[in-house]
Amino acid sequence: MAEVEETLKRIQSHKGVIGTMVVNAEGIPIRTTLDNSTTVQYAGLLHQLTVKAKSTVRDIDPQNDLTFLRIRSKKHEIMVAPDKEYLLIVIQNPCE
Amino acid sequence: MAPKRQKQKSSKRGKTKITLPVSEEAEPVNMESMGHPEIYPLVLTNKTQEIFNCRIDEDVTDEQPYKLIKKEDIFADFENRAAVSDFYPVKKIIQEYPGDELLLVYDKDFKYGLNFYLIGTEEGKENYLNPPEVPEEQEEYKEHIPEDIYIYKPPICKPWVSLGSEKEIEEELVKESTKEITYMISRKRSEFGAPVKFSDQNASSVKDAYIECTAYPDKNFTLKQLERDVGMQVVPKIKDTSTQTRWTYPKNATTQYYPREFSEEEKEALGQSKTLTEFLNNVSISVEIALQQNEIMNTFINDWKSLAEEEGTFGDKTDTHLKEYQSFTDLHNLTEKMITCVSWHPIIYGLIAVSVAVRLSFEERVHFSGKLLLQPSLILFWSFSDPIHPQLMLESPDDIFCFQFCPSDPNIIAGGCINGQIVMWDITAHADRIENIKADGSRSKNVTLKPMFLLEPESNKEAMYIRHCAVSSIENGHRKVITDIHWLPDTFEINRLGSVFENRSGISCQLVTCSADCTICFWDIRPQKALTPQPPTEKKKEESIEVPFDVPSTFLHLNLSWKPLSKVRLSKGETTLDHCPTKLSLSEDSLLYKAQDKMLAQSKATKAGEMNPYQNLEGGLGNHLKPIDDFCTKFFVGTEEGEVIYTDWKMERDPETGRFMTKKPVSLYTVHDGGVHTVQRSPFYKDIILTVGGWNVAIWKEGIMTGPLLQSSCAPKRYTSGHWSLTRPGVFYIGREDGYIDIWDLLEKTHEPAQSQNICITMITYIKPWTFSAKQQFIAIADYYGTLHILEIPWTLSRPSTSEVSSISHYFEREVKHLEYVEQRKKIREEEKKEMELEMEKKKVKTYQKSKEQLEAELKMDYESYLELEKDILIHLGLIKVKETMSYMEMI
Repeated sequence: MAEVEETLKRIQSHKGVIGTMVVNAEGIPIRTTLDNSTTVQYAGLLHQLTVKAKSTVRDIDPQNDLTFLRIRSKKHEIMVAPDKEYLLIVIQNPCE
Repeated sequence: MAPKRQKQKSSKRGKTKITLPVSEEAEPVNMESMGHPEIYPLVLTNKTQEIFNCRIDEDVTDEQPYKLIKKEDIFADFENRAAVSDFYPVKKIIQEYPGDELLLVYDKDFKYGLNFYLIGTEEGKENYLNPPEVPEEQEEYKEHIPEDIYIYKPPICKPWVSLGSEKEIEEELVKESTKEITYMISRKRSEFGAPVKFSDQNASSVKDAYIECTAYPDKNFTLKQLERDVGMQVVPKIKDTSTQTRWTYPKNATTQYYPREFSEEEKEALGQSKTLTEFLNNVSISVEIALQQNEIMNTFINDWKSLAEEEGTFGDKTDTHLKEYQSFTDLHNLTEKMITCVSWHPIIYGLIAVSVAVRLSFEERVHFSGKLLLQPSLILFWSFSDPIHPQLMLESPDDIFCFQFCPSDPNIIAGGCINGQIVMWDITAHADRIENIKADGSRSKNVTLKPMFLLEPESNKEAMYIRHCAVSSIENGHRKVITDIHWLPDTFEINRLGSVFENRSGISCQLVTCSADCTICFWDIRPQKALTPQPPTEKKKEESIEVPFDVPSTFLHLNLSWKPLSKVRLSKGETTLDHCPTKLSLSEDSLLYKAQDKMLAQSKATKAGEMNPYQNLEGGLGNHLKPIDDFCTKFFVGTEEGEVIYTDWKMERDPETGRFMTKKPVSLYTVHDGGVHTVQRSPFYKDIILTVGGWNVAIWKEGIMTGPLLQSSCAPKRYTSGHWSLTRPGVFYIGREDGYIDIWDLLEKTHEPAQSQNICITMITYIKPWTFSAKQQFIAIADYYGTLHILEIPWTLSRPSTSEVSSISHYFEREVKHLEYVEQRKKIREEEKKEMELEMEKKKVKTYQKSKEQLEAELKMDYESYLELEKDILIHLGLIKVKETMSYMEMI
């Protein structure tokens, strides 16, 4: 429990990180540093996108798998680390 | 006979001697073939013609073409000439002729072939002579005129000749074969004329009433149609079908959903699960790598694009001068005035307030004090739309040297007087007048026709004198001129000890002033809770002061009894001389920015309270509030002597006396050569302060105690005013005493101003820029002669470049480092110096061990070289001639 919090806090303390959240396999947020509505929105959308990305990678090569997903937008970068059961989403603002 | 002969003769001549008719017996030719059997054509020769006197054209002419010739003559001719006679061919006729005379006709036209013809019968002769003359003539006439007149001859009825057609007709005729039977039916005579009775009866009911012939198919007449003419055409098969759909009416349907969420316990449970821990451990590595990648470098930067400046320029890029927009001068008051302070109205566009003071020194003020009392001291409100008449004039008891709009409510103005009083105005009642200035543009037209000296202030109905509504207490306030006044922002407030508390009221309610009597005072505009019961006599005295009724009663509680909340004395330690503060700068200066957010906050407050909070000030602050501990209570002060002091307003307990004393200043620098008149924080950086005074400029960073970041060299002219630019972090404006404005751009040059522009002929006393929109930025420059110039800042000076903020902050950081480096170098230098001194001493010790003789020898040599030098100089000067010198040397 403490480890979880510590890891999340460490990630959150990186420069430019706006928010961090942990989402389960169905898209339901477990831990978050943002407010509820934003979290729910991010969780739902990114979960679907991750599933799609994963299926795309597997379709091309069934022995391949998705390890990391980074979405770079004008304002910030969204990083999604998928797993069998959970999803870690980090939003960072890379530029000053 | 004669004619016969003549004919014969003629025939001889006529014809080519065709032999005479050989045979007398030949039958004479007659014209039977022509229908005239009695005519016998003859040819009569001329001889015959003479004989019978039927010469052509003499005896026989056209009119009488015949001649009767006796028969005897012809017989005579026969005997005379026998066969030669022309009549010989017709001899027989003549012999047989019954009559005596024969008719001989001249045939002029040779109708019968020869020139004469003989009528052989008596009948013919008769016909010829009488009627035949007519028909012959008629025949001749017929021949001549058949075409001219058609004579109708009706058909002559002739008997019908049967040709056999009647038989056919007879066959075709239908004749009745049977005999017709006639019946006559009549009624009884008695019934004649009787009324008739008609009755109906069915034909089939009575027998034999009718006879019918029914039709029956007769086989003889049935034809079997073996051939039939039928037409055929191919057509496409067309099918018509129709359907109908069932119409369903539109129905509104809504769905509402909410996201699935875990409850708190589930979250906790999940948080403690091992799987989550493992997952995070696995994943956090890659995530941190990604995060660090972003921190190291932004890989998506387009260097080419970020190299360029923003292209969207509004004005001309090359135009860097301030453009004159408008200037305001008060023409009504005739005394020479100067502008001491300028402030733009925070909200209303184009409204600027100016405080004017008389241009006299202290002695002259004392000298003319009687005259000065009569003239009101004013703060004038100017608007862009009317350059001649001020919109409002605020009256004050004495000349104002500084004033400020309240940031929470621009209708409240606080000003500092030359006599040390604080004056408060409340122009809420006139607010609509100044807001709707643009609507009236016409009144200026009426006024410009009259010359200025005829106008009196009373005739100008528009501008009014607005009296102040409160002044501070004379005894308890400042003793000398108030040099600077600031409203404290509405986020915090302080108490008597200088501790900072949270400001619950949401409005700025405290002021800070500094004056030439070396004190800085904090004032509160709310009614003070009476700590000690005041003696009733004093109260009565206060109540007896009458207030004019048109003055709003906002600050009535303060009038003439207003005491400062706390006083901070800037003392120089033991000496009695204190610092004379001229300007101060707190940590937050709210009026540098356009207070839009603040207005929103204030409007919210007014809505909540439904009244202007300034009308209903609550007294004091509750003691139950905890003071904010880590609030920065330090501030910068500039003094008359040119020092910049960084001090604290919080009182501390003096350990000896037990009273609350002001702290000693944290740092003090004498940087400027004259009085500091501008101490200002940068609008972009909270800890960068600009100070202008004397002949130079200094930029400070709060927290760096070693010295200013930038200190400019001495300018040729004295600097009299300064201000940061509101939009560009590295630009500030400095006004000089010769009317020039220096525009400094730290990105361009840091040792001298980037630009210098002449504004007016006299000293610039105040500079205040203001932004109205992204495209329009004005700067108000006040000069010593009382004119306020409004200039427009060009695009290049108002628009920051894309990375200007970061560039300037980098510059300041570099300067800080430079200062640190300098400090370090100082230390190094100190050490080096020490080392050098040690070495020097060592050297000195060494040299001291030289022997005395050596010293004497050395001295002598020195003396001799000195004498030579003296001689040379004297020769150069011409005081000693060469000869003399020689003799002098010989003597020695």
